[in-house]
Amino acid sequence: MKAKHRFILAVVVLGLLMTGPFVVTSMLVWLDMKDAEREMLTGLLLSRLPVGTMMTIFGFAIGVVVLHKLFKQYVEGLLRMAETLRLMLSANRNFRVTAEGPPEVQQLARAANDLAQQRDALMDDVEAQIAKAKASVEEEKNRLAALMSELAQAVVVCNLDGRILLYNNRARLQFKALAQGPTSVSGGALIGLGRSIFSILEKNQVQHAQEVMRQRLSAGKTALANFITTTRGGQLLRIQMVPVLGAPGEGEAAMSGYVLTVENITRSIEQEAHRDQLLHTMTEGSRSALGNIRAAVTNLIDYPDMEPELRERFLRVIEEEVAKRSHSVDQTMAQFSDSMKTRWPLEDILGIDVIAAAQRRIEDKLKLPIKTEEMDDALWIKADSFSLVFALVFLASRLQDHYEPRELRFRLTSEGKLAYLDLIWAGPAMSSETFYTWEMESMQVAGETSPLTLRDVIDRHGGEIWYQREKAAHRAYFRFVLPVAVPEVSHDEERARGNGRPEYYDFDLFNFEDKSIDLDRKLSELTYTVFDTETTGLEPSNGDEIIQIGAARIVNNRLLRQEVFDQLVDPECPLKPESIPIHGITEDMVRGQPNIDVVLPAFHEFCEDTVLIAHNAAFDMRFLQLKEERTGIRFSQPVLDTLLLSAVVHPNQESHKLDVILERLGIHIDSRHNALEDSLATAEVFLKMVPLLEEKGIVTVRQALEASEKTYFARVKY
Amino acid sequence: MARKILIVDDEPNIVISLEFLMKKEGFEVAVAGDGEDALAKAASFCPDLILLDVMMPKKSGFEVCEALRADPARAGLLIVMLTAKGRDTEVAKGLALGADAYVTKPFSTKDLLAKVKDMLAR
Repeated sequence: MKAKHRFILAVVVLGLLMTGPFVVTSMLVWLDMKDAEREMLTGLLLSRLPVGTMMTIFGFAIGVVVLHKLFKQYVEGLLRMAETLRLMLSANRNFRVTAEGPPEVQQLARAANDLAQQRDALMDDVEAQIAKAKASVEEEKNRLAALMSELAQAVVVCNLDGRILLYNNRARLQFKALAQGPTSVSGGALIGLGRSIFSILEKNQVQHAQEVMRQRLSAGKTALANFITTTRGGQLLRIQMVPVLGAPGEGEAAMSGYVLTVENITRSIEQEAHRDQLLHTMTEGSRSALGNIRAAVTNLIDYPDMEPELRERFLRVIEEEVAKRSHSVDQTMAQFSDSMKTRWPLEDILGIDVIAAAQRRIEDKLKLPIKTEEMDDALWIKADSFSLVFALVFLASRLQDHYEPRELRFRLTSEGKLAYLDLIWAGPAMSSETFYTWEMESMQVAGETSPLTLRDVIDRHGGEIWYQREKAAHRAYFRFVLPVAVPEVSHDEERARGNGRPEYYDFDLFNFEDKSIDLDRKLSELTYTVFDTETTGLEPSNGDEIIQIGAARIVNNRLLRQEVFDQLVDPECPLKPESIPIHGITEDMVRGQPNIDVVLPAFHEFCEDTVLIAHNAAFDMRFLQLKEERTGIRFSQPVLDTLLLSAVVHPNQESHKLDVILERLGIHIDSRHNALEDSLATAEVFLKMVPLLEEKGIVTVRQALEASEKTYFARVKY
Repeated sequence: MARKILIVDDEPNIVISLEFLMKKEGFEVAVAGDGEDALAKAASFCPDLILLDVMMPKKSGFEVCEALRADPARAGLLIVMLTAKGRDTEVAKGLALGADAYVTKPFSTKDLLAKVKDMLAR
């Protein structure tokens, strides 16, 4: 019953209470009376009735006023308080009940406020703790990821389904180098967060290793498994596998994933085989020649009186065999010179970096000014930079002690596979004996000693050193000859793209199982490929062609800027001059690029198991569909369109152009109208839209698709 | 009567020395340049002992050895394998296939001669 009704009832009851007893008593008395008495009473009463009625009404009115006041204070006041308490419970934690009304109600209000106070303190505490824990977990994750990304080994972490949760840059480069066939078009399509490791490694082998680890675990041994596998391209990989154990629940910790350390041993195996071959030619290969020579020589010695003609023949055998042997030694040396070098670990380093380091130390330790002459700043050398710098500083200090040069100079040049690093000074000629002693003594510079001699350092590098004079210039130099290195591909391009920490990991995937596209999954849980194409024109059915495809991935509600597809396509038809200013792609850029027959399969593989997203997707999809027949490749996965989704979220806005949406959602993008940049922008838009869609009750992919279909824009066809 | 030795090797530079040496020592000598020739000469020349090189064109020394040992009529034939392969596994293979001795190049011709004489005297 509502409070108002209860008030009315109370008023009625009050009225009855005030009149009821009098009326009932009067009725009883009336019935008991005789006619004469009744007449007398009527006469008495009627004349005084107005006074009585007035009094009753007056009393009733006072009663109602009192009742109303009580009602206001106790019923309505409490109801109000209940509302504010509800408010405090949910919407506004900081709200407080105002203490008003009668003292009892005020006390209640104060007690409620005190309770709220206590609750807030508790909640604040819990929140603070949660935030702290979260922050420290996040920090640990970041630290781990940062550590992993800089490791020199290739590391991949997978969950039990073989989905990749983390990989480092080394792994990325290694697998990129392995990529064969269409995936190499844009590179790195093989490895990616949430992708299956089984596209790279043999599934059976991984599962077998997993089983081995499980058995070792239950036997209480160190769980570890090793195996060697060949890739599709015939490369040999040595894989070491260790389990990732889940948080210990009841009993022993269960395996929740594994860490793979991958080493490409193709080259080292090849080198080993090379060495074997070398050893073989040097031993087995010499046997028969030596046998021939030995037999001939023995005969010559044992039978000195043989006919001259026979003697001549034996001598010829010896000459012939020795000549063959010499030739073979020369050949072996030329062929195997690399394998014969010492196995000291040398790194590839820029020559100018070594010189810069030496320069700094010489100026610092010896106070000797350094200048540089001709410097090949693109020259990479194979060196142990520490011992090499030490050797340079050592020589500088020796020169300073003996000849007191005012300055030293460095020069770096190269000739074929040899790098020349010269240390130049002006002064008198030095004797070769002096240099010889310098070469053979343990190196010492300003209190620092090395167990190595200059000769050791040179030998380690498989290099040489000599002393030479430039007579005309009245100066001399030491020339270090070092092997030139072919530097690895630099990764500047990748560094530049994602500013900040690379997104090479996603530990939430540990609990991510089935990844096949389920339309009833939450939008925020699926893996997406957001893509954009640049084309020669706007009419796909009229001969316009794709000239660029750019795409990025969204995994676990996060845009992975490192896992992108970016490929120019040769349209095999001339570009339209009017379109060039729009996409900025010229004839020169597309010529020589792979054509759509090559790029589309690669892109298809990149999109595997993901929902596609594009802005104005119908346009891009039309281009892809027109190629279906020619390439045999179908993009059958669901497609979300940010243009349509924008219309769903903001139905009253006039424009749903990408630029307008970006501005509306407060997203800043540096450059546009490049397929990759546009797909990244579209991805940002989509991520911002997910919560907005949720507000509209659109949570799953199916709901998003259905809502899109109903918008006006969905009816425009290409 | 002179004992007969068949020298089988594809390298003339060793054949010349062995032929010279064996003739000087009073043996009757025949030479074969490859595996098939060796089997033919073994049939026609009927040697008491064969100096058999392993690495040869057409048929390897191992194959020749096997073929000869498969013929019970030539059970008394002595086979000395000469080879530039010094690995234990190959020595074992040669002996397993029925060679009576296995000599690795480079060998001392004196030792070889002593061995040949010793084997024929037994």
